[in-house]
Amino acid sequence: MTGPMSFDYAPAPESRSVVDLRSSYGLFIDGKFADPADARSFKTVNPATEEVLAEVGEAGPADVDRAVTAARRAYTKVWGPMPGRERAKYLFRIARIVQERSRELAVAETLDNGKPIRESRDSDLPLVAAWFFYYAGWADKLEHAGLGADPRPLGVAGQVIPWNFPLMMLAWKIAPALACGNTVVLKPAETTPLTALLFADVCRQADLPPGVVNIVTGAGATGQALVEHPDVDKVAFTGSTPVGRQIARAVAGSTKRVTLELGGKAANVVFDDAPLDQAVEGIVNGIFFNQGHVCCAGSRLLVQENVHDEVLERLKRRMATLRVGDPLDKNTDVGAINSAEQLARIRALTDVGDAEGAERWSAPCELPAHGYWFAPTLFTGVSQAHRIAREEIFGPVLSVLTFRTPHEAVAKANNTPYGLSAGVWTEKGSRILWMAERLRAGVVWANTFNQFDPASPFGGYRESGYGREGGRQGLAGYLA
Amino acid sequence: MPTGASATPSRGLAEVAASEASLRRFLAGLPGVDQVGAEARAATLATRSIKTTAKATAIDLAIRMIDLTTLEGTDTEGKVRTLVAKALRPDPLDPGCPSVAAVCVYPDRVGLARQALGAASLHVASVATAFPAGRSSLVVKLRDTADAVEAGADEIDMVIDRGAFLSGRAMAVLDEIVAVKQACGRAHLKVILETGELVTYDNVRRAAWLAMLAGADFVKTSTGKVQPAATMPVTLVMLEAVRDFRAATGRQVGVKAAGGIRSSKDAIRYLVMTGEVAGNDWLDPDWFRFGASSLLNDLLLQRQRMATGHYSGPDYVTLD
Repeated sequence: MTGPMSFDYAPAPESRSVVDLRSSYGLFIDGKFADPADARSFKTVNPATEEVLAEVGEAGPADVDRAVTAARRAYTKVWGPMPGRERAKYLFRIARIVQERSRELAVAETLDNGKPIRESRDSDLPLVAAWFFYYAGWADKLEHAGLGADPRPLGVAGQVIPWNFPLMMLAWKIAPALACGNTVVLKPAETTPLTALLFADVCRQADLPPGVVNIVTGAGATGQALVEHPDVDKVAFTGSTPVGRQIARAVAGSTKRVTLELGGKAANVVFDDAPLDQAVEGIVNGIFFNQGHVCCAGSRLLVQENVHDEVLERLKRRMATLRVGDPLDKNTDVGAINSAEQLARIRALTDVGDAEGAERWSAPCELPAHGYWFAPTLFTGVSQAHRIAREEIFGPVLSVLTFRTPHEAVAKANNTPYGLSAGVWTEKGSRILWMAERLRAGVVWANTFNQFDPASPFGGYRESGYGREGGRQGLAGYLA
Repeated sequence: MPTGASATPSRGLAEVAASEASLRRFLAGLPGVDQVGAEARAATLATRSIKTTAKATAIDLAIRMIDLTTLEGTDTEGKVRTLVAKALRPDPLDPGCPSVAAVCVYPDRVGLARQALGAASLHVASVATAFPAGRSSLVVKLRDTADAVEAGADEIDMVIDRGAFLSGRAMAVLDEIVAVKQACGRAHLKVILETGELVTYDNVRRAAWLAMLAGADFVKTSTGKVQPAATMPVTLVMLEAVRDFRAATGRQVGVKAAGGIRSSKDAIRYLVMTGEVAGNDWLDPDWFRFGASSLLNDLLLQRQRMATGHYSGPDYVTLD
């Protein structure tokens, strides 16, 4: 008999020919692509290769004003007065087109964002379609949403979304807004504008009336112009807590409605009676899914002291099997960091972790020579006082802490200014309920992590923001 | 892996089987299996895309891991001879095609299989212990085993007493496996858990540990006579068990997935799972087997396609 073999997977790249990217994109305003008034543009790159994918228009205040004007006109003349059952038809149509074009959209997402094709294909795109299907179903039933007998749309929504789940965040924002009768001006993130621009084409394909969805690309200044525009009735933002604060300040004193979905530093609590192999999967999924670029990532592992060594041994063994590399390869588990800037932030914070005395361990893996990469990493010996236990790293970095009793687990889990999500791992049902009552987090997952469904409301406490997205509750942010 | 077991493995595990109470405590203390999580993990592993050179490697490895099986009341001498010939040279037109690991037959066909093999070094596996129900006295089960071994079987596939296991008599199950192992002499013992009758993954994990504690060389999912037979999640749980058992005791135990694996695609998924969950040490016919009959022909068709670039038809592989 021969000795043990290694079963090396041959490259299995998804074809990028399914997506036809143009070399430059304008802004999508009033149903048409148009160049920005002052003809400014920026480049969007593939973070896995640093290759420039396209030039994208940078919207200035005049462009934002045109977009808001178009949205207002569409709201007043077409979308606002349209019966819910008619709006639903458009949303169902969008959902179906997203499904039909899901391979193309998944490849585009992976190219622009750096996330593995397995995730964009199996997670992002199915959820995008699900979100449109779900809210399409609500459009003609709003009077049954528990928000009054005749809830009315707010008007024009200005929506600013992040780069971690570009198309999914677009769906979370646009689907409920349109179902409720609002029109939108959406600004995708500077580093990931492409799928929003492809979505503009989906809207045209669905014959959505001009002006109902407008896409303005750009950086922070564009977003600022949008949220500060006087004719915007509603501001919806997902992103960092500092920017969320700026937005809250900018709209203070106005009549604009605001929902904010901000950062997090979620605790993933593993008790000694947990199903350990599945808990390890949950820890991995909690922090390495989407390279840890997840606001609800389980970035703090709280493990019961008496199983710490065993859990860590299993976790490291599992992390060593993670396949890091080409995001378009169908067997890749962990892709590229989205930008040089984000990579620099992850490096800076992990260096602080070293300096503060935590012990770093990284999965053994070969990182590509070009692009932005960071190996899946964990820190042990972390205390509540360390910065890596307090600040959102937004990368594939796990801080491991221990606890002795359920009370200590709750106290440590809640000892953060954030409150977006938490995880509990135990075979004891009563303890799950006991923990869920006490954890200050908008979402508590039990024996699972990072599960999303359009029917389930999502959102945070305290510095993780306010308002809920998803479910019946997600309608409240777009109705009066 | 149970805490405490890892500190002083051999002594710790010897104490485990000291009494019915200690054995039950040990098995109940194994970490639980979350059904949703285990199934999700298996489903994710099933999305691996194995192409070109990796696929060619996997197909040959899968062929080498097959226990080519016929377990029918209608098995004739001719059927067994055909099976043996096919096991030795699965693709008569391609001498480069590897042999399978073993042929697997009922005890009364072992002598014939051994004779048909001649000097070839293929393993002869036999089911025993009143397969598939296992409902007979220990005396009969041991005689059944000894018969097969005397006739030339060097691998015995026994069934556990599921009735005893499910009613909480773990010690009875353990004692029976120990006795059969003794009756096997130098033959390797594969212990069939019949996971379709154990139903829960927690039971599968406990039964796998029980079999390993009793001295099993392999743990095997199913007889093939009960549905569901082998599934990805059940095999996942068993792969975790053998991995943890080796970490605790230093002894490596093999896994055999039997029943219901018919396509090359499925077989490759099991290989992916074995490599990623248990580790590359298990990617060898000594440590992982497929109990199958129709799987071989699909692997051969895929193998021919990789060589020629086109699909042939069912008439280009041999009937069993």
